[in-house]
Amino acid sequence: MSIFVDQNTRVLVQGITGREGQFHTRQCVAYGTRVVAGVTPGKGGQQMDEVPVFDTVRQAVAATGADCSLIFVPPPFAADAILEAAEAGVSVIVAITEGIPVMDMLKVKNYIQNKPVRLIGPNCPGIITPGACKIGIMPGVIHKPGGPIGVVSRSGTLTYEVVHQLTGQGIGQTTCIGIGGDPVNGTNFIDCLSAFEADPETRGIVMVGEIGGSAEEEAAAWIAANGSKPVVGFIAGLTAPPGRRMGHAGAIVSGGSGTAEGKIAAMRQSGIQVCEDLGTLGEMCARVFG
Amino acid sequence: MKIHEYQAKELFGRFDVPIPTGRAAFSVEEAATAAEDLGGYPVVVKAQIHAGGRGKGGGVKLARSREEVATVAGEILGMTLVTHQTGPEGRLVKKVLVEQGLDIAKELYLSLLPDRGSAKYLIMASEAGGMDIETVAAETPEKIVKVWVDPLIGLQSFHVREVGFGLNLPAAAMKPFTKLLTNLFRLFVELDCSLVEINPLVLTADDRVLALDAKVNFDDNALYRHKDILDFRDLDEEDPLEVEASAHHLNYIKLDGNVGNMVNGAGLAMATMDIIKRAGASPANFLDVGGGASAEMVENGFRIILSDPNVSGILINIFGGILRCDVLAQGVVEAARKTCINVPVVVRMEGTNVEEGRHILAESGLDLTSAVDLKDAATKVAAIVK
Repeated sequence: MSIFVDQNTRVLVQGITGREGQFHTRQCVAYGTRVVAGVTPGKGGQQMDEVPVFDTVRQAVAATGADCSLIFVPPPFAADAILEAAEAGVSVIVAITEGIPVMDMLKVKNYIQNKPVRLIGPNCPGIITPGACKIGIMPGVIHKPGGPIGVVSRSGTLTYEVVHQLTGQGIGQTTCIGIGGDPVNGTNFIDCLSAFEADPETRGIVMVGEIGGSAEEEAAAWIAANGSKPVVGFIAGLTAPPGRRMGHAGAIVSGGSGTAEGKIAAMRQSGIQVCEDLGTLGEMCARVFG
Repeated sequence: MKIHEYQAKELFGRFDVPIPTGRAAFSVEEAATAAEDLGGYPVVVKAQIHAGGRGKGGGVKLARSREEVATVAGEILGMTLVTHQTGPEGRLVKKVLVEQGLDIAKELYLSLLPDRGSAKYLIMASEAGGMDIETVAAETPEKIVKVWVDPLIGLQSFHVREVGFGLNLPAAAMKPFTKLLTNLFRLFVELDCSLVEINPLVLTADDRVLALDAKVNFDDNALYRHKDILDFRDLDEEDPLEVEASAHHLNYIKLDGNVGNMVNGAGLAMATMDIIKRAGASPANFLDVGGGASAEMVENGFRIILSDPNVSGILINIFGGILRCDVLAQGVVEAARKTCINVPVVVRMEGTNVEEGRHILAESGLDLTSAVDLKDAATKVAAIVK
């Protein structure tokens, strides 16, 4: 079992003919992902390796039955690409693009809220169900199929580190999701935690957060109220200087809840096993999940 | 990106948001002339730096004559202003804003920001203006009015009424306030601001509403569509190494430790800083070379880390995803050939094309310490800088 995507997921890639789009499409295909279509406006009719390219997402969906879109479109056009995919009827959108303006994401988030579509990201590594499908840019080889641990993270490479350590301990994963490092994203911690909670094959969860916002605190409260599975947590940014990147009035909204210390305290209070030394996270997981 | 108060007020002027009459000045003479041109005293002379708390630090002064303007401008220009936001080293003041004095009846607070939690625009206002809004939030949260605006419908009249009545504005001030908030909101959305804050927003004795202060921050990711805003960037307000890094599209923040580090991905970079600290050393910087880094960017990153004299050891921690380990290794080798690396370097890499990367480093003949995993890397780097 897995959450959100599996071996039957039919993926189309928006921005398939770009440098990153090509490189990562090949990696996904090599991993066994069913990449059925690509979209690059103006390049309809061409092929990227074996994958047919279309001008619009609607055409690609009609011709191939794609139900998931993986987006590599540059930031100025990414919000439009997400909306196009949502309108064309795919059920999962994975937006890798980093650097989408916040104002664009506010509109996207509110628009897709009542549509039957799940947006993962943006500014994320994507989602992988090890052994079944890789829809993103993570190195597939570090993952171990078969579960029983689900991984959800706001980061990219930090997630790879965590997964690498899990695999090193012989602990497999059901699904690993990067929800993205942007302030406004599609899928949040709680969406993933509740899906992992409902997935019978997921027996434990690793949750990786970082400073800023209050998503970790909200997730911790959700776990305290609804969680039955053990959770190991990690928060990056204990040494991050305050005031960088975070606006003055922004701090007021979350109060004291944007700091790593605050998040760690909230998570501990909810019964989450928080690891403060990333180098030993795998060992801790072996103890907690063992 | 941050801009100065006088620049924010220039934008307010363009969007018809009322501001006191005033002008920026870069010398004592210019300040005195600006004051004369305002046509009446008193005037206020305000230091222009990218930090709040300027008044408490002695950077805002009232003057009642041309001579007094010259005196206070002379004191402020060239001073090192220390506020709670500048850090103990303070900031050198190179310009002032000279503004007409106003007959203030009441000081209010008003800000607009994208609210990440709700994914709406958020308007915050308070009758307790002129004070630190975080203090108001902590001590008297009931004095803060919050109104959320759905980005799909934008600002409606009822939103403005909720804010206006929430501020207990006198009836006569409601119309000018409506115009001010409507125009300010347009500025906020059209210019992709990450924060617009007016503290204080003042109500005058004759029921006018004006922005006495102005703080505007922009979403860096949206600057590509606001080329004119980029002209407001003041490099004097930024760390020179950070300026150089940004020219190479590197996300670098200078810190005061001794272990330089280069990492791909912001989360892993923060976690690597934390690891350095746990190992008993202290990070000299945050450097995320990003997902799509080229060998050239890695080389530039290396050079920037090395130009910090505090650096006595370097930890490179790369987990290859988009950034492939072979590209990273190539960059390290290039940098080592062109730069004189006089501190020990620990390299830890994993992920996409890691074998090729390790091969490139091994073949290079460089004196690098390689680490098998994160734990090993932390131990090795701590041993080096001790």
